[in-house]
Amino acid sequence: MYTTDQYEGVLAETISIIGHQGETVYAYFARPLGAGPFPGVVLAHHMPGWDEWYKEATLRFARQGYLALCPNLYYRVGHGSPEDVAAKARAQGGVDDDQAVGDLAGAGAFLRGLPLSNGKVGIFGTCSGGRHAYLAACRTAAFDAVVDCWGGRVMMSDEELTPRQPVSPLNYTQDLACPLLGLFGEEDSSPTPEQVALHERELKRLGKTYEFHMYPNAGHGFFYQHRPNYRQEQAVDGWNKLFTFLGKHLLAGAR
Amino acid sequence: MCSMIAEQIKIDGCGKGAGGWFDLREADVSYDHPFNAPFEHALNIDFVNESMGPGARVAVELSAEAARELALTILATLDRAEAGGFLNKR
Repeated sequence: MYTTDQYEGVLAETISIIGHQGETVYAYFARPLGAGPFPGVVLAHHMPGWDEWYKEATLRFARQGYLALCPNLYYRVGHGSPEDVAAKARAQGGVDDDQAVGDLAGAGAFLRGLPLSNGKVGIFGTCSGGRHAYLAACRTAAFDAVVDCWGGRVMMSDEELTPRQPVSPLNYTQDLACPLLGLFGEEDSSPTPEQVALHERELKRLGKTYEFHMYPNAGHGFFYQHRPNYRQEQAVDGWNKLFTFLGKHLLAGAR
Repeated sequence: MCSMIAEQIKIDGCGKGAGGWFDLREADVSYDHPFNAPFEHALNIDFVNESMGPGARVAVELSAEAARELALTILATLDRAEAGGFLNKR
């Protein structure tokens, strides 16, 4: 627990990391000052892009004692304001799932390889980032815990599949090898409570370690303090549950 | 993306962006999360010129009702122009 007589320090900067197929992408990296060892968290940004909210969230994880790394999943779309770049990604039908997973796994490998690392790395994402975080946790061995906040289209119908998103993430659930925390809102339309219930049923069937929380009076994006969907009470509780979950799984058994 | 409902068409015209007027080449139409409009989803239209990079963009984010009304109004306006013999005169 922090007390006011402790020293605090955070270093935050843009760096380059190796992502999908060995390609370089930019990432926002924030870490506590000190020798560590620290657990790591990769942040999978949401549909609105590598934006101010995600930079602030990266800092928040660092201030909580995590090596926090948020890769720009739209790096290959081009450069401009975060909104302009995200709009172009939206028009292209989003990023390729393989590419996103490759970039996120690269971010995880970067954190795990740091001398400051305690050997444990989690992944967090909201909106499309929640979906990407779930995909990365299922399809790679890069992560020791995953937090999916209202990730839409984890369950996709055949009609929703595209060349960029060719497989419903739910189909990879059998490969999920780390604990999962899911935070959702009852008023969300993507994912709906019915879709979350079906996802939970599959996790149960496969004997996965997970905890889901469905918040009343909340919809999509209830953490976003700059948007009308922000819900103060649910957001505070959600952040608390998130840090409790990550602390449990990323600090225990660390090297 | 959360809804993945997005379409692109080729267009011909001009738009005024942050840097002034530029030639428009494409319009990206989506029903997905807006960046600024206070809705969970919006009908978003990005008038762009992809050859000029992501910044060559004129954006609108509309409620579904407003978008339908706009679409009908555009068509009605073009019908009047056609009836008046104004179309095909550039």
